[in-house]
Amino acid sequence: MSALVLETPVRTALAGLLLAMADDEFVLGFWDSEWTGIAPVLEEDVAFASLAQDEIGHAQALYQLLADLEGGDPDELAFGRPPEGYRHARLLDHPRTDWAFSVARRFLYDTADAARLDALAASAYEPLAGVVAKMRREETYHLLHMHAWVERLATGGEEPRARLAAAMERLWPDALCVLDGIEGDDLLAEAGVLAEPMAAVRRRWLAGLAPELARLGLPAPPAAQTGACRGPGRSDDFRWLWEQFTMVRRSDPEAVW
Amino acid sequence: MRTLTREAVWEALAEVPDPEIPVVSVVDLGLVHRVELDGERLRVELLPTFVGCPALELIRRSVADRLAGMAPRVEVEMTFAVPWTSDRITPDGRRKLRQSGFAPPGPAAVVGDARPLFVTIAMRPTATCPWCGSADTALENLFGPTLCRTVFWCNHCRQPFEQFKAV
Repeated sequence: MSALVLETPVRTALAGLLLAMADDEFVLGFWDSEWTGIAPVLEEDVAFASLAQDEIGHAQALYQLLADLEGGDPDELAFGRPPEGYRHARLLDHPRTDWAFSVARRFLYDTADAARLDALAASAYEPLAGVVAKMRREETYHLLHMHAWVERLATGGEEPRARLAAAMERLWPDALCVLDGIEGDDLLAEAGVLAEPMAAVRRRWLAGLAPELARLGLPAPPAAQTGACRGPGRSDDFRWLWEQFTMVRRSDPEAVW
Repeated sequence: MRTLTREAVWEALAEVPDPEIPVVSVVDLGLVHRVELDGERLRVELLPTFVGCPALELIRRSVADRLAGMAPRVEVEMTFAVPWTSDRITPDGRRKLRQSGFAPPGPAAVVGDARPLFVTIAMRPTATCPWCGSADTALENLFGPTLCRTVFWCNHCRQPFEQFKAV
C-alpha cells in the first residue's frame, strides 16, 4: 500500500503516528547524548553515544517518511518546531538524572518500542514496514544491553537496586504513554497499517514484561495513567534540551550543510 | 562506444570501498540490491547497513562517482525495500574482514512477527578471535567506535578486537 490509496482520516492518523515515533526516538537520542564524557564507565560512554546515534538515525528515517507522506522537509520537522510542537511521550520529558534513572527509562522505552515495532512489522504501508524491518534488527542490541543493565542493578546490592526501583516507580505512569496518545490508532488497525490498536499493543507489552519484573522484584505498572501523554504542555527540562539541540540551527537557519 | 554490460557495472561496484572499513567493497558487504540497465539509463539501488550510519550519503556518492560516465543517465539510490542484514556479507567479504582484524558477524537473529520483548544475557553474541583463531573470547562492549561494531577481548592472545554486528 502506498500513500496514494490512503483515505484522509487514515492518512492523518498515520502522519500522527510517524511524528510521535520520530519525536520519541529523536528526543531520547538527545538525552542519551547527555551522557557522553560522563557515563559511569568508559564503555557506557561509547554505548550511549552509539545508542543515541541509532535513535537519531531512526528519527531521521521516520521524519523522511512523514515528509514523503505530507510534504515538507525532514530537517525542518526535526529542528524547526517550537518545544510545544513536539509529540514525544512524556516519558522523554525527564532529564537524564542518575544512571539508574536513565537505565530504567531506556529499559521501559525500548521494550515498549519493541512491542510497537512488532505491531508495525507487517504494516500494509510498505514504506513504513521497510524502515521498521531495519529498526527492529538494530533495536535487538539495545534490548540486550538494557536488559543486562537492569539485571546488573537489580541484583547488584542495596543502593543500585533501590535507585532502580525508585526510578521505575516514578517513571511507570509516563512509560505507559509511549503506547498511548495516538489519535485514530483504531483506524490504522482497521486499515492494516498497525496490527492492533495501541491499547492492545500496550497490553501485550505489559504481559511480556510482567514475569521478568516479578523475577527481579521490580515495581509493576499502575493500572492506568492519567493526563495528556504527548503534550502540548512540556517540562522545563525538555525546553532546556530543545534549546541545546536547536542552538546551532537557530544561530543560522539558512546555512547550507 | 562499447555496449555496457551488467558484469562491467558489478566489476566497477566491486572497486568502491566501504568508507569505514576500506578493505571491503560495497559488493563484499552485500549493499547492492539491484542493478538495472535500460537503454541509456543505469540505475543502482543500495541498501543502508544501519539506518543512522553517517556514511550512507558518502557511500551513495562514491558509487555514483565511480559509475559516472558509464551510461548517459546514472541513478544511485538508497532503498529500504528489503532490510540489509549482516548475512548478506559475502564469504570473500568475511575473509577480508578477518584478515584485517575484524571478526565477521555470526548469523543474524531471525526477527519474526512476535519475539520476547527483552533479550537476555544468554543471547549475547560470541566471536572467534581474528588474530589467533581462539574461541576463548569475552564480550567487552556491545557497542563500539561505529554503529556496526562490537568490542571483544581475546583471553588467549590478550588482544582486543572488533566484530561486525550481527543484524
